[in-house]
Amino acid sequence: MDDLRATLDSIDTKLGADASADLAYTGLARSVSRPRLVVRRVGQWLRSPRPYLMLLGFALFMGTWYLTVEVLKLPHFAQMPGPTAVLHEWFSPDPAFGLSIYTADYYLHIWVSLRRVLIAFMLATATGVPLGLFLGWSQRFKEYVFPIFELLRPIPPLAWVPLAIILFQGVETPIIFLTFLASFYATTLNAMLGVQSIEASYIRAAYCLGAKRWQVFWHVIVPGAMPFIFTGLQISVGVAWFSLVAGEMVSGQYGLGYVINTSYTMVQYPTIVIGMVTLGLVGYATSVVVRIIGNYLMQWRARELGLGGRQ
Amino acid sequence: MNVPRTWDEAAALARPAGAPLAVSQAQRKGAIRILDVTKTYGSGATAVSAVENCTFDVPAGEITTVVGPSGCGKTTLLNAIAGFHSITSGKIFLDDEILCGPGQLQAEPGPDRVVVFQNGALFPWKTVIENVAFGPRMQGRLSKKQAYEKARTLLADAGLHGLENNYPGEISSGMRRRVEIVRALMNEPRVLLLDEPYRALDSLTKSVMHEALLQLLEKNRLTIFFITHDLEEAIFLGHQVVIMTTRPCRPKKILTIDLPYPRDYSMLTTRRFRDYLDETLEAVHEEALKAFAAGEKER
Repeated sequence: MDDLRATLDSIDTKLGADASADLAYTGLARSVSRPRLVVRRVGQWLRSPRPYLMLLGFALFMGTWYLTVEVLKLPHFAQMPGPTAVLHEWFSPDPAFGLSIYTADYYLHIWVSLRRVLIAFMLATATGVPLGLFLGWSQRFKEYVFPIFELLRPIPPLAWVPLAIILFQGVETPIIFLTFLASFYATTLNAMLGVQSIEASYIRAAYCLGAKRWQVFWHVIVPGAMPFIFTGLQISVGVAWFSLVAGEMVSGQYGLGYVINTSYTMVQYPTIVIGMVTLGLVGYATSVVVRIIGNYLMQWRARELGLGGRQ
Repeated sequence: MNVPRTWDEAAALARPAGAPLAVSQAQRKGAIRILDVTKTYGSGATAVSAVENCTFDVPAGEITTVVGPSGCGKTTLLNAIAGFHSITSGKIFLDDEILCGPGQLQAEPGPDRVVVFQNGALFPWKTVIENVAFGPRMQGRLSKKQAYEKARTLLADAGLHGLENNYPGEISSGMRRRVEIVRALMNEPRVLLLDEPYRALDSLTKSVMHEALLQLLEKNRLTIFFITHDLEEAIFLGHQVVIMTTRPCRPKKILTIDLPYPRDYSMLTTRRFRDYLDETLEAVHEEALKAFAAGEKER
């Protein structure tokens, strides 16, 4: 009997030790400053095989492009600009077709596209997140709205082009409207799924602890749907670039979609690829920014997933 | 069967002749009376009875453990008390007030009956202290400063000092359970409803949690309604063990555990504990066999 008692005591102390170990762990994490954490992470990354595999992937891709277009000169790729032609044009202080990193126009195109995406993205977030939250929260509201939403959603932005031009004045608004559409659907749908993903026990616990309906909405529904909302926002910013290019190819005088389209009609093939690569880079950057904001706002998630977070 | 229909009838049955009828304000401490409660899901040919004519008492200030085959309807009963589900007929009382009954089949959830959930329901997006202060803050009972102060005291009492600013995802599952119980206690509930709270814990953590729960009962006068399917746990913790029949659920046997508190683990090997265990085991096994046979038939 005494043995049992002793064992249990030792278990108790063990669990106690466990608790202090946990504390030590979190305390440690807190004492490390943010820049040092970043340096450590980068160091770890460089020691892992990941960056080298990534470089190898890029090299293989560029090599295939170079080989098929410039060395083998395959018939299908006869008109295709090779990587050297593109890079030469892109980094030339005096570009043959008027667009390189040294020309002001290049940045103007980026800025115009970026501004359209940002406006459309913010509009989509401001309308889509509340709509999605309410769709997930109120069954009755969902019954009114969701069927219409589901009917409109499969219509591609390109099909909206004529109506967008009829409905809105000028050049900017129709393009922003087209860019907004797909983002709005993605944001709304994910916010709704986010609410539906919340475990019922959280909502029950909140009522149990005396929360009113609107308090449950603010303290449980909104933060509980946050991970899905941010997944939705990342998709949203991606599809915004998709539909932006569609809109810019139809109308407008600036923007990366416009660059790609006019370069095609004016047979300035390397510029097409410059426009495409720039789209990829800027699109990736915006998606990273959304992810960083998400991690910043969802400390609990960042810390849970061991991403460090704001301490 | 002599089933009381009203609180008065029930009280008359339960109390010796001449004892006062009404429970005075001062004696309010969380006695639950479940009277002839039935819960049926669906209707017509597809109706399934989860709970049928269930009547028993959960005495104030004691631990009542409820055991029974899985899926027998124990949780349905807990949900009815907590106010998450309606009942089909019958009545449930908390002290002298009616929680649900004819006219209002679903109780209003409230901080006088706090539930601790099977898988834990600390809000992962709130820090430990925000979680613990949640109840009084939402009810507007305490200012933020007061609530945090009280939360710190209670956390320290429970040996959880220093975790205040951690998120639940950063602490161990045993600590999460303790935090959740502290969150419930912040509301000074009359009843704590626990739905297999230690199911996911390993047996070592579990044993520590049991002793912590018993200590907690010593410090706070409150009633504990504890669902489990671990028989040892049920006997070790409970003043009384209610053994449920398989679907539809009603008490098959109510055992009063006459073992002194504070209880410790040396009890598990005593003759009396073993006798209680045998008695419980026999009753539960019978029901488990019935549940199994019913399952076979359905297929």
